Amino acid sequence: MGKFFAVVLVIIAVASAYPIVMHQFPLPQDISTHGHLIDDQLNETMVEAGISFVGAQLVLAFFLWSFTGRKPGSALKNFPGGARVLVIFAFVIVGLEVLALGVMGQKAWANVYFSAPSADALQVQVQAEQFAFYFRYPGPDGKFGQIHPEKIDEGSQNYFGLDPENDVPARDDIVSGELVVPVNREVHLMMHGKDVGHSFYVRELRLQQDFVPGLDLSLHFTATKIGKYEIVCTQLCGLGHYNMKAYLNVMSQGDYDNWLKQQSQ
Amino acid sequence: MSETSAQQAHVHAPPEGFIRKHVFSLDHKVIGKQYYALALVSVVTGMFLSWLMRIHLVWPNAKIPGLELLSKVGAPGGVMTPEYYLSLLTMHGTLMVFFVLTNAPFAAFGNYFLPIQIGAEDMAFPRFNMMSFWTTFAAWVVLMLAFVIPDGPPIAGWTEYAPLSAIGKDAGPGMAWGASLWGISIAIFCIASLLGSLNFIATTLDLRAKGMTLMRMPLCTWAWFITSCISLLAFAVLLPACILLILDRHAGTSFYIPAGLVASDRLQPHSGGSPLLWQHLFWFFGHPEVYIAILPSMGIVSHILINSMRKPLLSAKVVIYSMMSIGFLSYMVWGHHMFVSGMNPMSALAFSFPTLTITIPATILTLIWLGSLYGANIQINSASLFALGFISMFVAGGVSGFFLAQPSIDIYLHATYFVVGHFHMVMGVASLFGVFAGTYFWFPKMTGRMMNEGLGKLHFWITFIGTYCIFMPFHYLGLIGNVRRYQSFVDDYMTPYLGVHKFMTIAALITGAGQLIFLFNLIYSRFKGQPAPENPWNATSLEWSIPSPPPWNNFGGKHPIVYHDPFQYGVKGSKGDFVMQDSPEQVPASGN
Amino acid sequence: MASTTAPAVATQAGTISPSVARPIASAARASRSGIWVGIFAITMSFMAFTSALIVRQASTDWTHLVLPSILYANTLALLASSVTFELSRRHMELVPGGRLQSEGAGVTWLMATLALGIAFCIGQYIAWQDLREQGIYLATNPNSSFFYLLTFLHVLHVTAGIGAFSYLVGRLVLKNGSLRRSFFENTAIYWHFMGVLWVYLLLLCRTKL
Repeated sequence: MGKFFAVVLVIIAVASAYPIVMHQFPLPQDISTHGHLIDDQLNETMVEAGISFVGAQLVLAFFLWSFTGRKPGSALKNFPGGARVLVIFAFVIVGLEVLALGVMGQKAWANVYFSAPSADALQVQVQAEQFAFYFRYPGPDGKFGQIHPEKIDEGSQNYFGLDPENDVPARDDIVSGELVVPVNREVHLMMHGKDVGHSFYVRELRLQQDFVPGLDLSLHFTATKIGKYEIVCTQLCGLGHYNMKAYLNVMSQGDYDNWLKQQSQ
Repeated sequence: MSETSAQQAHVHAPPEGFIRKHVFSLDHKVIGKQYYALALVSVVTGMFLSWLMRIHLVWPNAKIPGLELLSKVGAPGGVMTPEYYLSLLTMHGTLMVFFVLTNAPFAAFGNYFLPIQIGAEDMAFPRFNMMSFWTTFAAWVVLMLAFVIPDGPPIAGWTEYAPLSAIGKDAGPGMAWGASLWGISIAIFCIASLLGSLNFIATTLDLRAKGMTLMRMPLCTWAWFITSCISLLAFAVLLPACILLILDRHAGTSFYIPAGLVASDRLQPHSGGSPLLWQHLFWFFGHPEVYIAILPSMGIVSHILINSMRKPLLSAKVVIYSMMSIGFLSYMVWGHHMFVSGMNPMSALAFSFPTLTITIPATILTLIWLGSLYGANIQINSASLFALGFISMFVAGGVSGFFLAQPSIDIYLHATYFVVGHFHMVMGVASLFGVFAGTYFWFPKMTGRMMNEGLGKLHFWITFIGTYCIFMPFHYLGLIGNVRRYQSFVDDYMTPYLGVHKFMTIAALITGAGQLIFLFNLIYSRFKGQPAPENPWNATSLEWSIPSPPPWNNFGGKHPIVYHDPFQYGVKGSKGDFVMQDSPEQVPASGN
Repeated sequence: MASTTAPAVATQAGTISPSVARPIASAARASRSGIWVGIFAITMSFMAFTSALIVRQASTDWTHLVLPSILYANTLALLASSVTFELSRRHMELVPGGRLQSEGAGVTWLMATLALGIAFCIGQYIAWQDLREQGIYLATNPNSSFFYLLTFLHVLHVTAGIGAFSYLVGRLVLKNGSLRRSFFENTAIYWHFMGVLWVYLLLLCRTKL
């Protein structure tokens, strides 16, 4: 049965690697400026993880094949070099490899988090609530009105609890169910959680960030390709979590300007 | 060889009567079996819940016969509502992590075998031990009550993030009393766990028999000891977290809830709290918890491998130090669950490095297991199959951790099926393989009967192949951004991949059915299995020097003297190719 | 009592090397380890509460709580009870079987300890009453939340100690009048820890709340 085990292991190793090697589950297209860093990191890690995984399964298979069902009284041998060689291998090869990846990987992280949005980035606010995303643009005055939680009223579509009567900057705020942005323009997305934890995830942007009620978090990104991309919630927020999504609509600058004009009317 | 000692006071008198012998027993062996039984009931329940979840994912409108009996509100006419899916998901996770993976490899086997393996009559505090089981049972009852209350179980996942878990019924169905029952249950569980860990630690330090130095303890004893140290610290932090949650929910405090929240059209009367505080406290417990789940299985697997290979591991000391470093490092990495949580991005880097560093002792362990197989004389039986399978599974589950440890990659993979695949492989499969291996190995000792080998092997093959079929695809789905905790997939990009989900569901149902073989084997062998000798595996550790099943005081009133470590295999012993720990015969000096 | 040298036990075969010559397993030592492990766990829990306090303190609604002055009297009572405990120790004598018996004022000092312990608990209750009269309850503000929480949990643990004490006093006063030395020692360690923990919590409340 040991030999059978070895054969099964080889089949499993190959079958597990197959979908990856044959690119059957490809990453979605990358429409961001930093995404290639993540993709490179992921692919690099996949190669190393793949080698480790397949390698270990094959070694296990080989040893099972060779050292099961032996004749009684067969001599026992020890792995050449014993524990010392293996410990050194683990520290030096694996340790260095792993830490190198860790160090190299910081680039993508730094790109997303350690740079501030530029001063002329497009400011948009996103509010996450059970179970929708709403987006707010500051309008021609460039200022966002105050959010008054007690004024929030889904029925009259006052999602942000704005008070245009008393609050001047709120009068020209544009609220939208879609995140519309011009292509190749940096967007500064300010995040506001209305009720519980949510998260903002756009696969193609290689971007994910939780909303934390009470914290002023924000993201900044530049979308590089025109198109419609799904924004999904990835932080369990209640019964409608699976259905909580919106669209990132990347348009040409001209189309975006038209859209903005229409919204203001 | 053993001697009587006037100094070793009898820990308790021989049990009399049915209640004292089988219900409120002070005997660590009975308590161990009670933990095992509770874990068994929990794992069957948890597995059943996972079937319901997987069926719903691919056939959302399916009428599941009888489901409306479980919940009229959650499954009217047998069709599961979205919120009930989340309820089942929450209960599945909670049952499996707490009541299965903390109970079975650690509390069940540890309670049964740690005292015997160190040559003691019982645990240091038998009354605390009994209390810790029954407290665990009470926690289980409180949790299961969530199924019967009208509002149903909570829907916030086993991680119960605030504010969803903290604001009360405005958060949604199940978040009124369901979530409170969860909080109370887990708080009770913490207390039970602390009592248990206390026992393990004091027993290991102070009740070892003469000659049983720390370095002569079997590797599973070491694993249980290290786990109990981790567990003490971890549950001591989860308990405050749960207390604060219960206060926020019922006493109007605001530890986790900030101001200005509007849920169910109601402005929540709280202010100033921090949702991230819950995450920090929870994961400070939560990460060590997953090592609590895997370390005992690592110990059990090492213990069984040595026996099956008929030779020692290349270095027991290296294994011990590796397990210790994993335990130590496990406290530095909790933030890797929170990379995109909104915590300071600098801390993400700080957490990433120790997380990546854990790869080193984990790799050392894997290489030692593999390297020790070289030149061995591996005996194949149900126990050794699962022990060997563990190595395969641990690698499979471990390498995906490599991706998630890097914050950059986690931006993309967080909260996808990749994470779910990772933790199921390591916890749901590898750790469970340790439990299966331990069951097949120790069943003869615990019951005096052998399990059926044919059925055991069949169980292994179905489970080994089946769990690969179920959980490997989780990783692929994660790569394309399949989000977790969704009750169905309405996103455009998921349409091409629904067939993969069907495959996983069918694999899960078949593999689950295969576990019936194990259950049947357990029950049948308990009554009709072949009588087991004292040492059916020709093993060296002290549990094999006493009758099967052992008498109430383990060593019959005598106190063993230990002359060797438990790794004397492949030597010329009087009984065969091994020398037992309590045998005074000389063995040629071997460096270990 | 555990021996500290290699037991001179003749064995038929095999020598036990000096490295294995260690005290024989002892239930008394186990209970000592147990109490320290328990203290460690309790400490960790209060450290978790402390970090929760530090996080919570950063919010804008953090205010200031004036501690009820009776707390200081309570502190004196608790610390005095540790002193009286140690005084009782001097009047305990060792009898065969590793047990202790009280001679002279031993029981009296223990009763004083018990009384001071109970006085502490009553005093804490009065402190809570004091706050309630000012309209300050558990959920009034984050400061009061932590005050009530920390003091309540501490009193809960003190009550457990009082339970142990009552048992201790009960055993000594009864006919046979002796108890295991390890029980006495462990209760002492736990009780002193309650005092140390209280001083820490008092300082924490004083400086942060």
